[in-house]
Amino acid sequence: MHALARSTSIEMKLFLREPLTVAFTMALPLLFLFVMGGIFGNTPNPHYYRGVGALDFYVPGYCALVWAAVGLLALPVHLVRYREDGVLRRLRASAAPPWTLFGAQVAVAFLISLAGSLMVIGLASVVYDIHFPHSVAGFAGAWLLCGVLFCALGLLLSAIPSSRGALGAGLGLFFVMMMLSGAGPPPEVLTGAMHWVRNLLPLTYMLRLLQDPWLGLAWSMADTAVVAAFIAAAAVAARFAFRWE
Amino acid sequence: MAGGGGTGPVICVTGLTKRYGATPAVDGVSFEIGRAEIFGLLGRNGAGKTTTVECLQGLRHADSGEIRVLGLDPGTQSAALRRRIGCQLQESALPARIKVWEALEWFASFCPGRGDWNALIGEWGLAGKRNAHFGDLSGGQRQRLFVALALVNDPEVVFLDEMTTGLDPAARHVAWDLIEAIRDRGTTVVLVTHAMDEAERLCDRLAVMDAGKIVELDTPHDLIARHTSEITVRFSAAHQDVSWLREVPGVAAMAHHDGQVEVTGCGPVAVDVAAALAAHGVRPADLWVDRPSLEDVFLRIVGRSLDEG
Repeated sequence: MHALARSTSIEMKLFLREPLTVAFTMALPLLFLFVMGGIFGNTPNPHYYRGVGALDFYVPGYCALVWAAVGLLALPVHLVRYREDGVLRRLRASAAPPWTLFGAQVAVAFLISLAGSLMVIGLASVVYDIHFPHSVAGFAGAWLLCGVLFCALGLLLSAIPSSRGALGAGLGLFFVMMMLSGAGPPPEVLTGAMHWVRNLLPLTYMLRLLQDPWLGLAWSMADTAVVAAFIAAAAVAARFAFRWE
Repeated sequence: MAGGGGTGPVICVTGLTKRYGATPAVDGVSFEIGRAEIFGLLGRNGAGKTTTVECLQGLRHADSGEIRVLGLDPGTQSAALRRRIGCQLQESALPARIKVWEALEWFASFCPGRGDWNALIGEWGLAGKRNAHFGDLSGGQRQRLFVALALVNDPEVVFLDEMTTGLDPAARHVAWDLIEAIRDRGTTVVLVTHAMDEAERLCDRLAVMDAGKIVELDTPHDLIARHTSEITVRFSAAHQDVSWLREVPGVAAMAHHDGQVEVTGCGPVAVDVAAALAAHGVRPADLWVDRPSLEDVFLRIVGRSLDEG
């Protein structure tokens, strides 16, 4: 545990010393918050956003975007750079059990996403007067599940050999999920082909799981099963695809 | 020297073979290393030294053969093994923005209660760079940090792969003294090198590897003695006839041109030549004795060519 705590604190310091990564993971969801909030406000419209205010619809999604930025971009690019530079090689030859390395990455991802999500929720409530979650426990549980999903996807992406490749794949997934899964345009206006792609994306299901407890709707076991299947598939694939060198 | 403590070998390798594709990088290598011994693996690039050491460290799996390090099998017990060994790798890095003291404290946290990372900062000349980022260190400073990291858990066996690459001559001598001190405290040192002066100065025993095989295994002194016993004595003698030196016992050949005399022979030839010169009243100020170095022997064993491996 000492090794995990020390590794987490070192990795956290390293993250904070990379201003670009910090800015990207924190600023992007905030940018969306203020652009979408400025355009749509938070007045409910029965035709869009599941019938609730735009910001009440978006804020749970922006919390997912924080996790997506951390899991699809920051985490894999960091790990692939470690492998390219020989840091993984050095760590593997050390006395640290491999799980402390990955545990520290996941712990840092959790702390960053927590800070980012609290910032999104805090600013949205101050500026746009959003409703708070109907079920705080339900939302917290969904948020944790969202973290597991994006950490699993991030570890899978970190099997990509080059950091350019990992960054490209991560950015591609991030923007496609953001646009189609419900953090971009209202899902109601998407075309048929867009809906078809949307249904292939894990964030589509994950985002409903975040919104439902927030909006006071029932927890969906079907969506949970889909997300769990994505997590299991990504984790197993990551386990076999990961390379130290 | 070797052994010590009567506890048997610390490292046992029998028939180690490792292939990359069809080419064997290590081809049926066997050796034993005793406690508190500095054991050198010497060879050209691609001779299989690093692969051998990586198998011992559990970083690569051997295709066949048996390895025991501290009684453990690196292939299946690497976690237990890595707590008791230290590794300095030929190609590795740390995160660019980690500070020197953070790296040492971090690696020390993997084995709490073992070793003193603060003392290592001073010993390895990093006190002035304590707060510097890894990315801003010079090659020599990085290298010293890597050696310090290899020692941070007070290991029973430490593997040093090209330890002094990038160190300036003064720093190399300091590093050698420190490694000897570590050996004297009871640590076994496995040194991979192609620096002949380093191997000759530091190693208690040496294995010379060529094309994946150990072709020689001995102390540096005996290795040199077995391969060449020829000693050369040189001095200037511009206007004297010194042809009587041919009669000195042990002298095999003598050449005299451009005022330079070169006598070759074996045994105590240097002393006998010096004594004969003094007896004849010839007292050159530049008498020079060349004994063959490890480098001469090494070149004789592995040959001279630019083809690697």
